[in-house]
Amino acid sequence: MLEKMIFGRYIPGDSFIHRLDARAKLLFVFFFIMVVFIANNWITYGILLVFTFLIIKLSKIRLYFLINGLKPVVFLIIFTFLLHLFFTREGPIILDWKFIKIYEEGLKQGIFISIRFTVLVILTSILTLTTTPISITDALEILLNPLKKWKLPVHELALMMSISLRFIPTLMDETDKIMKAQMARGSDMTTGNMKERMNAIVPLLIPLFVSAFKRAEDLATAMEVRGYRGGEGRTRYRKLEWALRDTLTLLTLVVLAVILVYFRN
Amino acid sequence: MKREIISLQEVTFTYAEEDIGIRPAIQNVSYTINEGEWVAIVGHNGSGKSTLARLMNGLLFPQTGTVRIFGEPLNEHNLWDTRSKMGMVFQNPDNQFVGATVQDDVAFALENNGIPFEEMVERVHASLAKVKMSDFMNSEPHHLSGGQKQRVAIAGAIALQPSILLLDEATSMLDPQGREEVLQTVHELRKETDLTVISITHDLEEALLADRVIVMNQGEKYATGSPHEVFERGQELIDLGLDLPFAMNMSRLLRAQGVQLVADHMSEEELVNDLWTSHFNK
Repeated sequence: MLEKMIFGRYIPGDSFIHRLDARAKLLFVFFFIMVVFIANNWITYGILLVFTFLIIKLSKIRLYFLINGLKPVVFLIIFTFLLHLFFTREGPIILDWKFIKIYEEGLKQGIFISIRFTVLVILTSILTLTTTPISITDALEILLNPLKKWKLPVHELALMMSISLRFIPTLMDETDKIMKAQMARGSDMTTGNMKERMNAIVPLLIPLFVSAFKRAEDLATAMEVRGYRGGEGRTRYRKLEWALRDTLTLLTLVVLAVILVYFRN
Repeated sequence: MKREIISLQEVTFTYAEEDIGIRPAIQNVSYTINEGEWVAIVGHNGSGKSTLARLMNGLLFPQTGTVRIFGEPLNEHNLWDTRSKMGMVFQNPDNQFVGATVQDDVAFALENNGIPFEEMVERVHASLAKVKMSDFMNSEPHHLSGGQKQRVAIAGAIALQPSILLLDEATSMLDPQGREEVLQTVHELRKETDLTVISITHDLEEALLADRVIVMNQGEKYATGSPHEVFERGQELIDLGLDLPFAMNMSRLLRAQGVQLVADHMSEEELVNDLWTSHFNK
């Protein structure tokens, strides 16, 4: 049961997208979110779809994983689609049945919004599927570095993030063990109503918390012994390397934006 | 005469300073460890052996007495410098693994000490080769066995090229095979370098490998000497809550059964040799 909840879902590979610098990918997704909002008609949304399709091809990720990534947001996409469908009252009526009136503009807006959502979710999925969590953390630390001026503890945040990621499998194993131990003692976690199940989680959470704190203490001691004194004067073992392809990738985004501006209404 | 590397003089330490009724964790302990020695500190639970480890690398400071490292008293000014010359491996393999992958973890102490990138890469590779973990460079900790994790921890410690390696119960959570791996690694490291090893343990088989053993009891130094001298005390050690090494225990029991044995036996091999030759000696 716990194996399914893998966070990060990085899929190793050696595609063009895999090899891109994590900073480039992060910036790309960030600016892409803005660029998406330029589109406002059939041609421009069509271009967005084609562009996204090309990226999927380039990443060599199996569609299965992308569809899995879409699953949690399908409900949201359908909901916004219906909202636009029923509540936009512009243009000619295309369906008039009893009290339901559907306008052309509503249908159009509904489809547009759905495309926008889908494209964004797919691109962020590709980011997490092709980049190791640790590279994303490194990239974030470097990109957020200027914020140190405003006393944002960037290094500490990044370290916290990477340690949490490192401990997820360890704590998962532990949860599994505690769960089995409690089940062996007769605790029932899989049946009963909502309230009973919530109560059954308590004997799982308490030992887990106790041990997590114990681990944190040990880890802090180990870090201190190994000379950890905060971000000052530290060197980095992991180097992100910005290559020409990273600059070019970001430039394609500019080209896309120009094309979209040209074709929009 | 070898240079002194760590020396404790009349050190007393208590966790509960206000509470006078409580026995101090460490009471009036003095010893000196010389360069290149392998010293085992043994004792049962609560004998203060782990507290000693913490006193030696400045995680704790004694209330009275001094701790000298490389001839200088340990204080807050030379604390970090001292720590960079002293690698330490703890008991729980999981709780000391900081990096996301093996190589990140080995690099952690190097990053902390501001080692330049090119040198860092070299040292990470060299250290991993020394503990024979080069093939696991990119592995994540949850894919490694306990013994492998401890070897990575040793690699992380020796990457800083320390003079001292402090093992605080480093093998006690491992299976016999993992323990063998770790001890073998330490053994090989000592052959190549002049590393001083201090192993804190309640495993007497591990203590047998040392040049010198310090027995702790109730916060006090109970005995010190070569493993041979210390284990000759036999029953005394058992009364302290310690076990004897397997071979010694075995030969004690054999003697009790009336089997004639010539010498004392530290290792299984010695015992076996004595047993199969015992008939010739009659």
